[in-house]
Amino acid sequence: MAELNTGDGGGGKGGKVRSKKQNSKVDLTAMVDLAFLLITFFMLTTSLSKPQSMDLSLPDKNDDPTKDKDLKVDEKRTMTIMMGEDNKLVYYMGLLDAPIAGPKDIAYGKEGIRKELLDRKKSVIEYTGNKDKGIIVIIKPGTKSKYKNLVDILDEMAITGVGTYAIVNDFQPKEKELLEKK
Amino acid sequence: MAKIKMKKKSTSTDMTAMCDVAFLLLTFFILTATAKVPEALPVDTPASTVQTKLPDTDLAIITVGKGKVFFDIKGREIRKRTLEGIGAKYGINFSEEDKTKFALMDDFGVPVTGLKQIIDMKAADRTKANQPGIPLDSLDNQLKEWLLISRRATIDLDDKELQIAIKGDAKEEYPKIKKIMDILQDQKINSFNLVTGTRGKDF
Repeated sequence: MAELNTGDGGGGKGGKVRSKKQNSKVDLTAMVDLAFLLITFFMLTTSLSKPQSMDLSLPDKNDDPTKDKDLKVDEKRTMTIMMGEDNKLVYYMGLLDAPIAGPKDIAYGKEGIRKELLDRKKSVIEYTGNKDKGIIVIIKPGTKSKYKNLVDILDEMAITGVGTYAIVNDFQPKEKELLEKK
Repeated sequence: MAKIKMKKKSTSTDMTAMCDVAFLLLTFFILTATAKVPEALPVDTPASTVQTKLPDTDLAIITVGKGKVFFDIKGREIRKRTLEGIGAKYGINFSEEDKTKFALMDDFGVPVTGLKQIIDMKAADRTKANQPGIPLDSLDNQLKEWLLISRRATIDLDDKELQIAIKGDAKEEYPKIKKIMDILQDQKINSFNLVTGTRGKDF
């Protein structure tokens, strides 16, 4: 700060006005912080914005019905899951005329269908005594079911590790009745 | 006696170099990041725990939502070739400029006859254009043609099979999705991807 020299009354040299030496260094800490924050943001958003997806493989479609070979499967290994309106979910084991379990309404998610699937998966392996002959799940999405329902069930298959499942679109009249029953 | 003076060490480090590096990286990431363009048909995909990432190239995405079907192909060269094929098939002449514009576009959902109009629009207008969706009934199944021609283009250019992904809205009715799957299966595409969101295992 400039100060007036008052002590020197004589007509000699005036007091030197000294300007304080300014420090040439700027504190860059905040700037670096900001830069790294932005780097992190851009790095994460570039790799995370890629959409996730789920693989789905369907069996070959055969237009010629005479060529269709009926695959004989032990009905005790099959579990049928049907999806209906308003997140309705019905399942049964075996044949509908002589079911081993069900038909019963069940909820989506951890406490509902997943628990049942895991239990059934175990019991089927016990029944066949062969690890390669596990449960076969037949997924039947009704005409009023939503796409989300299908993805949910396919997701359950992935979570519970059920490898053999099929999406079937034809309904027996009795199954339709079950699905439409409130 | 002479006092030994300890040199006072400065606590502040020189951050210039660090700052330089940080900003260099920042610039790099900003430039490589692709800006997200608003989709012509916004859909709310259902969530799943499976996390496979979609490929960047050789991919066609069929978007289904609100009863409409939109189509998108990744890869500029494939897009150009596909447009050529579609033009030849339906007898529409697309100029070189149209092709370049089409290559830079995103998804679209118009019948082939309205395609030129959409190409001529500005990117911002396309999302507002209220596109009616690609027709896929049995009389005029244009989605089938798009798929066939784009698959052929991918094989010609990259010698690879085109990957197909279905991006459906969570609330879309199953029969609509089934119809798309049937079209794919008619072309012997039995394996495809479903685009989903993410969620944890305990939902």
